[in-house]
Amino acid sequence: MSSAAHAPRSWLIGHPDAAINLRVDRRNVLVCALLALCCAALVIASLCAGTLALSLHEVWAALSGEGSPLATAVVTQWRLPRAVTALVLGAALGISGAIFQSLVRNPLGSPDIISFNTGAHTGALVTIILLGGSYVEIAGGAIVGGLATALVVYALAWRRGIHGFRLIVIGIAVSAMLGAFNTWLSITGSLESALTAALWAAGSLNGMTWAKSLPASAFCVLAMAAAMLLARRMQFLEMGDDCAAALGIPAERTRLLLMALGTTLIAASTAAAGPISFIALAAPQIARRLCHNRSTLTGAAGVGAALLLAADFVAQHCFTPRQLPVGVVTVSIGGIYLVYLLIREARRS
Amino acid sequence: MIVTSIAAPAEAAATSSHNNTAETGSCRLQGKDLQLGYAERIISRQLDVHIRDGEFTVIIGPNGCGKSTLLRSLARLIKPTQGQVTLDGKALGQYPAKQLATQLGLLPQTSTAPDGISVADLVSRGRYPHQSLLRQWRREDETAVAEAMAATGISELAHQAVDALSGGQRQRVWVAMALAQQTPILLLDEPTTYLDIAHQIELLELFRSLNQSGRTLVAVLHDLNHASRYATHLIVMQQGRIVAEGPPAEIISPDLIEHVFGLPCLIIDDPVSHTPLVIPRGKPHQAAG
Repeated sequence: MSSAAHAPRSWLIGHPDAAINLRVDRRNVLVCALLALCCAALVIASLCAGTLALSLHEVWAALSGEGSPLATAVVTQWRLPRAVTALVLGAALGISGAIFQSLVRNPLGSPDIISFNTGAHTGALVTIILLGGSYVEIAGGAIVGGLATALVVYALAWRRGIHGFRLIVIGIAVSAMLGAFNTWLSITGSLESALTAALWAAGSLNGMTWAKSLPASAFCVLAMAAAMLLARRMQFLEMGDDCAAALGIPAERTRLLLMALGTTLIAASTAAAGPISFIALAAPQIARRLCHNRSTLTGAAGVGAALLLAADFVAQHCFTPRQLPVGVVTVSIGGIYLVYLLIREARRS
Repeated sequence: MIVTSIAAPAEAAATSSHNNTAETGSCRLQGKDLQLGYAERIISRQLDVHIRDGEFTVIIGPNGCGKSTLLRSLARLIKPTQGQVTLDGKALGQYPAKQLATQLGLLPQTSTAPDGISVADLVSRGRYPHQSLLRQWRREDETAVAEAMAATGISELAHQAVDALSGGQRQRVWVAMALAQQTPILLLDEPTTYLDIAHQIELLELFRSLNQSGRTLVAVLHDLNHASRYATHLIVMQQGRIVAEGPPAEIISPDLIEHVFGLPCLIIDDPVSHTPLVIPRGKPHQAAG
C-alpha cells in the first residue's frame, strides 16, 4: 500500500543542468494550493458577511475604491485588517506549532502547551497592571514575557542537549506556575486593569485596525520567511542530531534558531491578539495528515490560517448579536482535540 | 596482575607503529593530543591518532574504552576538550559544516527515518551537502543516488517506505544515504549492531569492496574476528589509550587480547581468510580445571 502511495513524489522546477532549479514535494504543493484557495474563500466570506451584508460585487467595488463611502470604510478599514490579521497570525501560529512539534518530536510539544503563550500572557498582565498598558506596551510586554519564559524552560530542560519529553513536562510545570501567577496578578490589580487584562486574555480580533495589525503582521511575515529557509534543516534534524551533523547541519545551532523563531512567532501573535490557543497545537497535525505524514511548514501555515479565519468567522457571525472573542472558539474546539490527543498518546504507550 | 608486565611492550609497539604511520602513509584525518570526555569524566588524555588514507581502519577495545568517543570526535560530533582533530591540517571546527560534510561522512549508531519516507527520498538526503538553496537537484545527484542504491543492493526497494523494511534492509538504506554523500572518508559507528550474522557479513563485505574502490573507512566493531578479517589496519584501545596499532596479522596475539580484554585465548589461522582467529578459552577457572 505504502509503496504505491509513495511512488512519484517530487517535481523538479527547472532543468538539472540549469543554474537554478528547485525540487518540491508534489503532495505538499497540491495541498498548499488547495489551502490557499480555502483561505481566499474565507477571506472573501469575511469581507462580505456582517451587519452590513455586502455582495461580492459591492466588496470588489469597495476594494477598488468605487463603492459607497460607508461600504468602503467597512470593508477596507474594519473587515480587511481583521481578515488579514487572522490570515497572518493563523499562519504564524501554525508554523510556530510545527517547529516545536518537530523539535520535540511529539504532537503535544506545541508552544501553547509548553507555556510560551502563558509567559506572553504574564508579560502582558505585568505591563497592564504596572504601566497602565497602551497597545504597544502590552505587545512589548507579551513579547518579552514569551521570550523570557522560553529561555527559562529551555535552560531548565537543557541537559547536554534538549530532549523533547523533558521540555514538554517542564513547559507544562512552568505553565501551571505562570497561570497561578497570572490569576494573582488579576486579583491584585485595580478593577479597571483587571478588566483590560481579562478582555485581552480572551484572545480576540475584535476591533482590529491596520495600525494594530501591521507591525505584528509584518514581523510575523519576516519571521515566517526565515523559518521557511530553515524548513529543510528542520526535517533533517528529525533524523537525529548525529545524522543531521553528518550531513553538515549544525544541530544545536539550528535548533536554537528554530526555537527562537517559533517563540517570536507565538509571542508576536499573542502580542497582537492575545493568547489564541489550539491553532498551534492542531494545525501542524492536520497538515501532516494531509501531506503523507510529513512535517511541513507551508502546510501548517496554510491550515493554521484557514483554521483561524474560520474560527473568527464563527466568533463574529454565529452568535449574533454577540461577538465572541476568537480565543473562546478556538479554546473550545482545542479542548476537545487535546483530550482526544491525550487519549491516543496514552493508548500508544 | 599480568597487566603491568605486558603493558610496557604493548605501549612500545604502539609508539613505534605510530611513528611508522606518521612517516609513511599519508593521513588526511588526524587527532593530536586529544582530551575526550565530559567535565566529570575524562575518557582519553593526550591521545594521538592518524587515520591512514585508503585503509579500512577498525577500532576495537572493551566496553567503555573510549573507542566510540574517539570515532565521534573524528566525526566532529563531540569537541575535544583539549587538542584538535584535523583534516588536511586544518581543524574540523574551522570548516563550514556543509563543506566538511562533502569530505567526511558518518553512519551514526542510531538514526530515525522520518515517518513514511521512501527509500529513494531518504538516500537523496545524503546529497544535501552538495546542494544549495537555488540548486536543489542536479544530474550528479541523480547518478550518485542511483549508484549508492545499486552498491547496497536496494535499487528495487527505491519506492518502498523505509518503515516497512526489515532491519538488515534498513541498515543498507542508511549506508546508501552515507554513500550518496560521496565522501572520500566514511566513519562507521558500530554498523553491524542489531543485525543477524548473515547481514553483518554482507555489510562488512560491502565495506571491504568500498574500501577497495578507494574510500578510507573507519569503523568501531565489537567482534574481534570480524575486525581482524576485514580491517586492513587495526587500532586497539584500552582505558582511553591506544595500546596497539597495525595490520591485524601483525598485532593480534594471545597476550594482547588477554591484556586488553582480560580474555585468555588461542589465536589460530582463519582457514578462509588467513587472518588471525581468536578462540576464547573460556573463564580462567574453567580453563584451569
